[in-house]
Amino acid sequence: MIPSKFDYIKASSISEAVKLLGKHGYDAKILSGGHSLIPAMKLRLNRPLVLIDISGISGMNTITEQGGEIIIGANCTHSQVLKSDLVKNKLNIVTQTVKCIGDIQVRNRGTIGGSLAHADPSSDYPATILACEAIIEVEGKNGSRTIDAIDFFQGIFTTSLAEDEIITAVRFPKVINGNYQKFFQSASRFAVVGVAVVKDGDSVKVGVTGVSDTPYRAIAVEDAYSGNSDAGSHAIDNIEVMSDHFADVEYRSHLAKVYVKKALEA
Amino acid sequence: MQISLTINGKSHSNDIEPRMSLVHYLREVMDLTGTHVGCDTSGCGACTITLDGNAVKSCTLLAVQADGCEIMTIEGMANGEQMHPIQEAFKENHGLQCGFCTPGMVMTAVDILKSNPNPTEEEIRHGLEGNFCRCTGYHNIVKSIQQAAEQLNS
Repeated sequence: MIPSKFDYIKASSISEAVKLLGKHGYDAKILSGGHSLIPAMKLRLNRPLVLIDISGISGMNTITEQGGEIIIGANCTHSQVLKSDLVKNKLNIVTQTVKCIGDIQVRNRGTIGGSLAHADPSSDYPATILACEAIIEVEGKNGSRTIDAIDFFQGIFTTSLAEDEIITAVRFPKVINGNYQKFFQSASRFAVVGVAVVKDGDSVKVGVTGVSDTPYRAIAVEDAYSGNSDAGSHAIDNIEVMSDHFADVEYRSHLAKVYVKKALEA
Repeated sequence: MQISLTINGKSHSNDIEPRMSLVHYLREVMDLTGTHVGCDTSGCGACTITLDGNAVKSCTLLAVQADGCEIMTIEGMANGEQMHPIQEAFKENHGLQCGFCTPGMVMTAVDILKSNPNPTEEEIRHGLEGNFCRCTGYHNIVKSIQQAAEQLNS
């Protein structure tokens, strides 16, 4: 399978990439690891005329601690995040999440920024981003701004990024007590259901991926939580559950409740 | 578009179309047909090579993304007539049946053993999550990688 023709431009700075996006608009796509975009282009589901490669931009692939936050650059690969002691010690829920993304080869190329911008409804990161209340840093022609995780995912493959904006980093508050539980689609290793839970005393934050066409905060579970896992029965309250040939609505709904319960118990 | 890269220790420079995948560049331009195309959608791992030391699926990279990088394919593993210990271990343990997945398995094993020189059986099995053997010969593939680890550590 061969993608349709495009021009390839390697951007050397964020401002150059933003300028190029502004110039080419929807004809252009940002390329980092390419592990969602290139398969889509090969299947001709996406036919950009221009690819803007941001993988070589310096300063976008660092993991740092600033105050109470861990900041992961958008170009950090899943392998890089998995191998980070800083993330392992202060943001272990993210280590648990990246550990079950794809396989070694995919983790060596796929990036946090790419995964979020692509917004695949069955990808792992969104659940954890939501439960951690991470903040997404973006840059566009009008400068930089931040987007709260809860406002970021708008629908299937749809985010609140503007046409000219690029994700530059993701900021996470440190998490002491958090975990990610996943039911794998056994061939693709995408999440049929993925649940991230962050606990802080009696309060809990729950992010769910794979269940609906948009990853969501399970607010009904959070409201019902009183220290035990019974609240898991509210996993799909007010949620339109997806159906596909791997899991129909009934099965997926059941899995969602079981995996929220599991994450609350962990 | 002009790219320059190192493949199996030798420098190369070629003018290619940006849409050419890395695996097609290796197979069709460089004539290195040891790297196979299986699913062509980054599922099966038959096209695995190492890029700057890390295992990657070359069907899901554009050749232009490898500009300036160091690539190792299955052809670069042996030292002349002397097989690499991973290759030797696959031979000794009957780690291949039809052989189609083998180059990808060997190149993934390079990455597994690089980041974890003493992997447990379970860690090897997890490490091979992105490589399919349609002969289902996984047991001996795992054994091969275990023996290669011993050999490389001795």
